[in-house]
This record gives sequence, structure tokens and C-alpha cells, in this order.
Amino acid sequence: MSTQGWLQILVYCAVLLALTPPVGRYLHRVFASPEAPLGRLGAVTERALLRACGVSPAEQTWRQYAGALLTFSAVSVLYTYLLQRVQVQLPLNPAGLGNVEPSSAFNTAASFVTNTNWQGYSGESTMGYLVQMAALGWNNFTSAAVGLAVAVALARGLTRPAPAGDAPATLGNFWVDLLRGIFFVLLPACVVYALALVSQGVLQNLDAYVELTTLEGAQQVLAMGPVASQEAIKMLGTNGGGFFNANSAHPFENPNGVTNFLQMLSIFVMPAGLTYAYGLMAGNTRHGWAILASMGLLFLLGVGVSYAAEAQASPAFAGLAVAEDGGNMEGKEVRFGIANSALFATVTTDASCGAVNSMHDSFSALGGLVPMVNIQLGEVIFGGVGAGLMGMLIMVLLSVFLAGLMVGRTPEYLGKKIEPRDIKLVTLYILIFPLVILAFTGWAAVAEYGVSSLNNAGPHGLSELLYAYSSAAGNNGSAFAGLSANTLFYNVTLGVAVLAGRFWLIIPALAVAGTMARKKTVPPSPGTFPTDGALFTVLLTGVVVIVGALTFFPALALGPLVEHFLGAAGKVF
Amino acid sequence: MTSKLKAVSLWDGPILRNAVVQAFAKLHPRAVMRNPVMFVVAVGSVLTTALWLRDLLARPAWAEPAWFTGSVTLWLWFTVLFANFAEAVAEGRGRAQADTLRKMRKETMARRLVEGREEQVPSSVLRKGDMVVVEAGQVIPGDGEITEGIASVDESAITGESAPVIRESGGDRSAVTGGTRVLSDRIVVRITSNPGESFLDRMITLVEGARRQKTPNELALHILLVGLTMIFLVACVSLVPLAAYSGVTLGATVVVALLVCLIPTTIGGLLSAIGIAGMDRLIRKNIVATSGRAVEAAGDVDIILLDKTGTITLGNRMAAEFIPLRGVAQERLTDAAVLSSTADDTPEGRSVLALADSRYGTPPRADGNNGVTFIPFSAHTRMSGADVGSRQVRKGAVDAVIQASGVRDVTVLEEARSIARRIGDDGGTPLAVSDNGQLLGIIHLKDTVKSGMKERFDRFRAMGIRTVMITGDNPNTAAAIAREAGVDDFLAQATPETKMQRIKDEQARGRLVAMTGDGTNDAPALAQADVGVAMNSGTQAAKEAGNMVDLDSNPTKLLEVVEIGKQLLMTRGCLTTFSIANDVAKYFAILPALFVVAFPEIAPLNVMGLASPRSAILAAVIFNALIIILLIPLALRGVAYRPLGAAALLRRSLLIYGVGGVVAPFAGIKLLDLALSALGLV
Repeated sequence: MSTQGWLQILVYCAVLLALTPPVGRYLHRVFASPEAPLGRLGAVTERALLRACGVSPAEQTWRQYAGALLTFSAVSVLYTYLLQRVQVQLPLNPAGLGNVEPSSAFNTAASFVTNTNWQGYSGESTMGYLVQMAALGWNNFTSAAVGLAVAVALARGLTRPAPAGDAPATLGNFWVDLLRGIFFVLLPACVVYALALVSQGVLQNLDAYVELTTLEGAQQVLAMGPVASQEAIKMLGTNGGGFFNANSAHPFENPNGVTNFLQMLSIFVMPAGLTYAYGLMAGNTRHGWAILASMGLLFLLGVGVSYAAEAQASPAFAGLAVAEDGGNMEGKEVRFGIANSALFATVTTDASCGAVNSMHDSFSALGGLVPMVNIQLGEVIFGGVGAGLMGMLIMVLLSVFLAGLMVGRTPEYLGKKIEPRDIKLVTLYILIFPLVILAFTGWAAVAEYGVSSLNNAGPHGLSELLYAYSSAAGNNGSAFAGLSANTLFYNVTLGVAVLAGRFWLIIPALAVAGTMARKKTVPPSPGTFPTDGALFTVLLTGVVVIVGALTFFPALALGPLVEHFLGAAGKVF
Repeated sequence: MTSKLKAVSLWDGPILRNAVVQAFAKLHPRAVMRNPVMFVVAVGSVLTTALWLRDLLARPAWAEPAWFTGSVTLWLWFTVLFANFAEAVAEGRGRAQADTLRKMRKETMARRLVEGREEQVPSSVLRKGDMVVVEAGQVIPGDGEITEGIASVDESAITGESAPVIRESGGDRSAVTGGTRVLSDRIVVRITSNPGESFLDRMITLVEGARRQKTPNELALHILLVGLTMIFLVACVSLVPLAAYSGVTLGATVVVALLVCLIPTTIGGLLSAIGIAGMDRLIRKNIVATSGRAVEAAGDVDIILLDKTGTITLGNRMAAEFIPLRGVAQERLTDAAVLSSTADDTPEGRSVLALADSRYGTPPRADGNNGVTFIPFSAHTRMSGADVGSRQVRKGAVDAVIQASGVRDVTVLEEARSIARRIGDDGGTPLAVSDNGQLLGIIHLKDTVKSGMKERFDRFRAMGIRTVMITGDNPNTAAAIAREAGVDDFLAQATPETKMQRIKDEQARGRLVAMTGDGTNDAPALAQADVGVAMNSGTQAAKEAGNMVDLDSNPTKLLEVVEIGKQLLMTRGCLTTFSIANDVAKYFAILPALFVVAFPEIAPLNVMGLASPRSAILAAVIFNALIIILLIPLALRGVAYRPLGAAALLRRSLLIYGVGGVVAPFAGIKLLDLALSALGLV
């Protein structure tokens, strides 16, 4: 570890913190107000969009909201699947790529609609430009906007006063939230961001692939494409699906230190801003900061462990006459180095983004443990756009419930009592996540068709499996890369895990929002546990760690932990 | 029951002996199924028992040795039994109270009045509405209301208070409880409850825990515990294929051992004991609640409405002075005061007569109530008085009397009001006296604040609970007494409607309201309040409207009710935290033990340095079982509540039960491991 490395990490944190309030204020303006932002222009645009889509902007109950969301997502899956299946007939396919195989097309459709962007395929050799832009690019925007919508709907449910009389409790309107998320947040930001990336050398063209002869005289094909526009939303929407197979390690996607910094920043900026916007909605910005502090604490812990682990030389070099002073450089880009690779890996797995600028598979055992644990904690450390805040708020409810019992008062959150029905939904939420990951990992680990896809034996192979299903259920999408996942078994099971990890969590979360919205708000008294102090941050962090760690510790022990101890004893995989 | 209910010691012999028997009886599948956490343990125990039996007969080569499977099985069964035992002890203690109560319910003969004739019937056939006669020395056959007469009653059987109390018809002291004994005089009682519904019956059902329903918070926690159990079930079952991949064959015995150690058996085993013990503690404080929900609600109370009279002040406001208006003779005022009070048997009325006699030399009327039509006090007119022929004498709240008398003379009004104000400012109560529409003067009633009230209210404040004094007094008087007593707020000139309105207002703002009361006119407010505590000395209507009855008739008992409510939640919360925190150490004991044979390199994970894999697993399972027994006293007593702020309280609980819960099992498992090795058992 070097001072310079730590300085880069600190600068990153400082810039992120500085951006949080303005971004939060803007998001609050966009979602918490009945009128569209940007004055008359905004209002006219929104009306035109709503009319064009033919949807009513009326307030929806949680069931209506969830219904609209599921319908929209189902149509998106179908559309994305179909476009891949008829690629040959479509224009803008200069490389003449064929139709995508059904299981892979399903996997990709599920994965992009759920903001996971797990890629079982290799972009440049599978997807033509039209599919990249009209199907995958479209989903990059809509899936992030759906995440935003769920977060604000849950936030409304928790912070709104009870409706008067017999009026139904509503959570806002899904279509309005979706359109605002796309047209007033993601699209304008991405235009500016993409141009900035282009200025740094990221590709943006529709050219045919370039064939050239290298200095050594070998023939090489250089893939081309509209990369920068895809790159912007890939980061800002915490999608993570790379235009190229090498993702952000590819020089056309992420050419230098500046783009690397921008990319890491753009992953966290929306989730961080959302915590501030949530604080504004709750009428207590300190509560928003307390949630952000908990995320920050877990993030710094991850960066610290990851950086420390990667700064050590690989055990594979032990006893060899190779100088590895720089740490474990296997699978890392020289232009980013150890600190920025460890930071990127932590950021991308904390935030359910899944973009990578180095190969997590080549990380040391403990360094690779960090991304996996980050995902398994439920993608709540910043988390995906919207989905992260959603998960964290569920953890907040659980923490407040325990705290309420421990101070001898019926648990309440923001003045609303937490009742058996809420706990039932929260329990469902925290149960589904490990169920999906562990059941599929267990299945794959003993099935012939599961194990045959592994590139590595022993505990490292197990880590690859565990990572794949964690990444899918956590809607992260990054891969340990040692797994050849483009098989029928993996395409289907990972596709199912991805859908379950998204919608099985969104539905209980929206249901909680629905029941909480109905409740009367009690003014705080000295007997109420305050949710804006250091104690709350510590408690919340503790609950996140305990819930995640207790669930996954046995599986982790057999994977990365065993590998670490074996590595220390000189056995590598 | 000589002084309150018998304090049952934590380790009372017969209760424990009975609980041991009960612990086995509760192994019945239907009983075990009621608690999903323990049900999982029981199923696991059955499974390992089967494996052990198989191993005894024909052990496959790859199986664990039979002694190991046997020992794990034994301790798994102990885990279930210990949880059953905890519940049985709590129930046993409740039953001990119930038996004492039941003895008092013994059959007595009642003298029922049927159309003026008396007949002897057993008390068990008395129905609501029956009239019975009770004379000195007899036991009152059922709950009821005195319709005729006055008597001193020994209520020590219920309250533990040995001094007899006066019960009389009319007013707010007319209720009597079945099982208490009349010491003097003769009364006629109208029975107000059917057999099986009496006060004692309800109390017995409650302590026995027979019809105990889960409170909302208990239910929520129960759901969470079931959820956690399912998560650990997934984690443990999925470990089998993961281990198989790694070349480790996990036997059912060790997987069950791991599962049982991880699921929240500590809180799962103690949860129902905590609930029953909470009820038991309440009864011990001489409070009967109609439901556990009410007790839990008491822990959440934000605001408490207390009747001034009898709660904050000594209650019996005594006439201290008759102050005539200018131009009115002292004798005329005294005479009118006496006339207005002759038939008034409220303590105030009697104190007027006493004062007239002792200080102003006017004895009570020789011909008593003859020819006098008594106009009783009503909360609406806020006056009482008497009509003698055409003469109308009234006494009551100054405003009310002025309004009713129709006096217009400004100087008279001014004088009356200034006297009233002066009395009010001193914390006294002014009563105006009028005679046929002429204002004669003011009676000064004095009220004394009970000692020790300020400290109690400070304690409420520290808990975050506001106190509001309710009084029929005018705002000046109310303010003076409120200041002296140290309550946060007051509601002056309260009528049943304004009380009700105040409660509704507070509830509309989302606050939980508790109220104490004893009078019939308190009944609607008691019913509206979230927690209504009626005094046992109060009227039957009040008792039925509230959801708790205080047998000692001590309104500040609410403090204890609130504390018990909070303790109940805290005990559950703290033991849950403790239970989950324990899992960290159990992982470090069991996981290395499972995999160290296949991967000797992971030995450093065995941070406790446990002797062998088998002793590690056994030590964890034994710890898991023993901790239930060790925590039974805490579950029964409840976690100590301190009126600190919520944050301070949480910090304390997290330190003791969270951090303590992580650390304690490391020490415990290590010690057990040392003991097992020393005894050569592994």
C-alpha cells in the first residue's frame, strides 16, 4: 500500500461527499414534487410524454404501482429477447453477427431488464449495434429508472402522512416516476457524461470492425461501436454491462486515469445522492447522512481489506526469483494500478454495478472475498440506483425494530409503528436473497453440468460458483470470470436468480411501503429511539453485517477462506 | 395472601418439580409445533436419535462414532426440554397465584332477595341483576354494587391491605368484590357479573396463561425468529452439497448440530416464558389486566391523564371556611350551607356539616332529611343542593351558581369572584352558596397534595411520558395544584365531554393515552383511552370500561404498569440480540471442526483452540442448551428498566447483550471444551 494509493481513495471519497447534497437536492426536486422540474419547459415535456405513452398520472396504491412495474418489466424482457432472436434481419449489424441462442437471449434479457447486466456472452462477437443500442441501451436507462421509481415509492410510503379518512394510501405514479427518471435525470446527465468520455478517447462510431496488422506482423480485428453513450449509462445507471467483453478494462471503454475516476464516481453518485434526497423527504437530512455513513463505513472497510490484500504479492510467486513489490498485478491494468483496481472492484460490487476494470478472478483470496461479501450483504452499500436505497431501508426497518424492542417501546420508524405485517414482509425480503444464492450454488456444485463449466478446481472453483449466483441474485452482474457461464444450465438458472433477486425483493418492499403509508405518524418523544445519530449508524451497520455474514459465512468458509489458508500454506489454484 | 399475593421465589421447590414433569409432557408434537424454532430442534433430535439407534445396531464405516451421535442427540433433547421447562416454570408460578385466588372463590351461601323475601342459594347460581343481602361477618358472594346501606369491608383477600374500607350505596364507593368480607352493618348488593365472569375468574384465567394471546410485538418478533430459522436452515442444508464439492461428507448429525446452534433457540425457547412472567409480575403488583396487549400498550404510553382527586391530592376536599359576602350574616351562610349539605353524602358535603358544627356552632338539622328534596351533584350543572318547600338552596362551582341564580349586581359578582380567585390561587376550591337566587357567600374547600408525587412525576418525565391532571376545579386552582404536584399540564373544569375530547385530541395527534379513574363518569374516557386503569374501589362501570384494574386503588401504579410493559419488550429485544450475537462464536467453534480434516490448513480459524473437532461441536451444542437454563431467571425477572433516554438505554443494552452476546459464548464454549477433555469424554 502506498500513500499515493490512499490519497487517490481519499480524493474519491471527498469528491463523492461534495456531490451528494446537490445531486440529492435535484433528485428530491424531481421526485418529491407534483410538478415536473425545469419550470414550464419541464411541465410541457412531461405532459407531452404522458400523452404520447397514453398513461394516467393518477396516484397509485402499492398494488397498482407494483402491477405497472411488473407489466413494464415483462414487456421489456419480451422485447429484448425478441430483438436478439431476429438480429440477422436487423440493420446496423456490420459484423454480420447471427441470431442469439435462446437460453443466452433469455439470460441477457432477464439480466438487462433487472439492472444486473450479467453477460454470459461476449459483446463484440454476439451483439450488433442495433441490439446494443435499442435493446441493451434501452434497458440500461429503463432498468435504472425503475430502480429509482421503487426507491422513491418506498420512501414516499415511509415518509408520507396517513391519508385522510378512507382514502387509499398511495405511493405516487409509476409511469410518472419512470419518465422523470429517464428524461429529467438519466438522459441529460448521460449526454454530458458521454461527451466528456469521448473527449478522453472513448469510442463513439457505427463503423465496421477494423482489421490491421500489428507491429509484430500478426493480424488483429479491432471492434468498433457506439461505446461512449453506452458507457455513460452503464455507470450512471449502475448497470455494468460492458460494450466489450473486457468491460472497463478495455482501453476503448476506459482509456485513462481520468475516465477511470469519472466512471467510479458516476457509479456512486446517484445512490449517494438518493440518501440525501431521502433525508429531505423524511424531513431530517441528518437521517439521510446517518444512512450514508453506514454505507460509507462498510465501503471503507471493503476498500481497506481489498487494497491491503492486493498489495501483497501473490502466493504463486513465493520462492520464485520474481520481484513482485508492486503487489498482485495479475489481471490488473497497468494504467490503473493496485489502488484504483481495488477501489474500482469495491465500488462496483458495493453498488450492484458490475463493471470491472480488472479481473476479480485473479484477485488474491481475501481480495476476491471483498467483492463477494459486498454483494452478499444484499447490495445495500450504496447499491444499485434505487435498489440500494430500497435494500438499505429494509435493513433500517429491521434495525429500528430490534432497537425499539431493546428500549422497551413498540418499534416505530419516522413516527410510524412497525407491526407484524411489516416484519413479515421484511423477513420475506431477507429470506429470499440467501435462498436463491445458496440453493443454486449448492445445486451447481454437485451437478456434473455445473462443475464442468469451472476453469479452476478446489475452493477457487467454488468461489466462482458462489460469486456467479451472488452476482446474479444481487443484480450486480460482475463475474469472477473463471466460469464459462454461456451454457443452458447457467443461462437458465442465472436468469431465474436474476429475476428473483429483483422482483421477489421489489414486491415485498413495495408492500411494506403500502402498509407504512397507511399508518398515522406519532410525534417523537424522549422515549423514541433517534435515527439520526452515530448510534443508529453503528446499529444499522451491525445489522447489515450480521444478517449477511451469518447467512453466508459457511459457504464463504469453504470458498475464499479455505483458499486463503491453503494459499498461505503454498497451495494455489 | 396476608400481604399482597405471595411472592414466589424463583426456585420454589414444588413449582420446579412440577415444571420438570411438564417439560416432558410438553414434548407432545402438538405442543412442540406451537413454537417453530423449537419444533426444528425437535425434528433434528428425532433424526439424530434414529441415526444413533442405527449406529448402535449396525454402524456404517463412514458414520460418526455412536457415542458422539448419542451425546449430540442427548443435548439436542435437553435443548427442547430446557425450553419446555422455562415455559413450565413461568406457567407454574402463574398457577401458584391462581390456586391462591381459587381458594378464595370457595362456594358460599348467598341470601338472595326475591320479591322482598330472602332465600338461601349457593353463590355459584347468582346471575347478573340478582339482589343479595350481606351482613356483618359474611362473605360477599359475588362482584356487585351496593344499592342500600353502608358497611365496612375487609378487602385484604384481594388487596392485601389490612385496614377495612368503607363501602356505601350511591357515589363512587359502591362497588364490592366477591370473596371480600363485610365487617359491620348490613348492605344490599346488586350482583353485576354472571358465574365464571367475575373478577376473580378473569384474574385466574390470566395468571394461568391459558387464554394468553400473542401481543402484536410478540407476534412480530415470532415472525422474525421463524424467518431467521428458515435462513439458517437454507444455509445449513446448502452446506452439504458445497462440502461435497470440496470433498467433505457432512453427516446429518453435525449438520443438525450446526443448525440447532445457529437458529435462535435461546430467545425461541424463552419467548413464551417472558410473556407469561410479565403477566405474573403485573399480578404481583396487584394489577389485573384484561389482556397482554394492554400491558404492552402501557409501555408505549406518551401521555397520562390523572384524576386530581384521590390521585394527586388526598382526595377528600374538606371545608375549611365559610366566607359570607358583604352584608350577609355568617349565621345565614352557615345555615344555608348546612341545609344544602344535609342530604349530601359526598365527603365534601359531610365536611361542610362537620365544619358548621365544630367551628360555627351550627349542629346538623334535628329533623334530618325530612321535607328536604336533595338535588344531587351532576357534572353538567356542577351544583348540588336541596329544596325545602319553595326554598331552593344551591352550592357548587362559583360560575355555575352565579349563572343559575341569575344575580346581576356587579359589585356582588365582583366580590364573589375575587374571593373565589383568592381561594383558587391558594390551591383551594371555592364553592358558592345561594339561597333562592341570592348569593350568600363562598365555602373554602381545601385540598392537600399527597407527598412523594413530584418524584413520581419526575420519573414519568424521564421516561418521556407527559402527565396531565384532570380536575373539575377552575383554571386558577388547577394551576396552583399542578404547580405544587409537578405535573406537566392540567385540564381544568373538566366534564366527561372535555375529558373525552382531550383524549381524542391527543390520540388524533398519534399519541397513546393512559388514564386512571374510578367514577362512573370516568367510564367513557377510560374506554376511549388506550390504557384505562380503573381503581378497585371505583364503580363497576369504571372497572368494566378500563382494561386494567388496580386492586390497591393507587393511581400512580401506572408507573409500575408502564415499567412492566417496557420490561417485557426489552427482555425480548435483548435476548434476541444475545441469541443472534452468540452465533459468531458458534461458527468459529463448529465450522473449523467440520472442515479441518479435509483442509488441515484452516486450523487458524479454530481461534478458541478447541481440543478436537468432536469436542468443539459437542461444546457448542451443550453451551446452546445450557444458556437457556441460565437465562430463565432473567426471562422471569425481566431486564432491568432504567428511565434513561432511548439512545442511552439502547447503548447500554447493545453493550451488555450485543457485545456480551458475542464474547460470552467464546468463553463458555472454551470452558466446556476444557471440561469435556478433562473428563475424557471426547
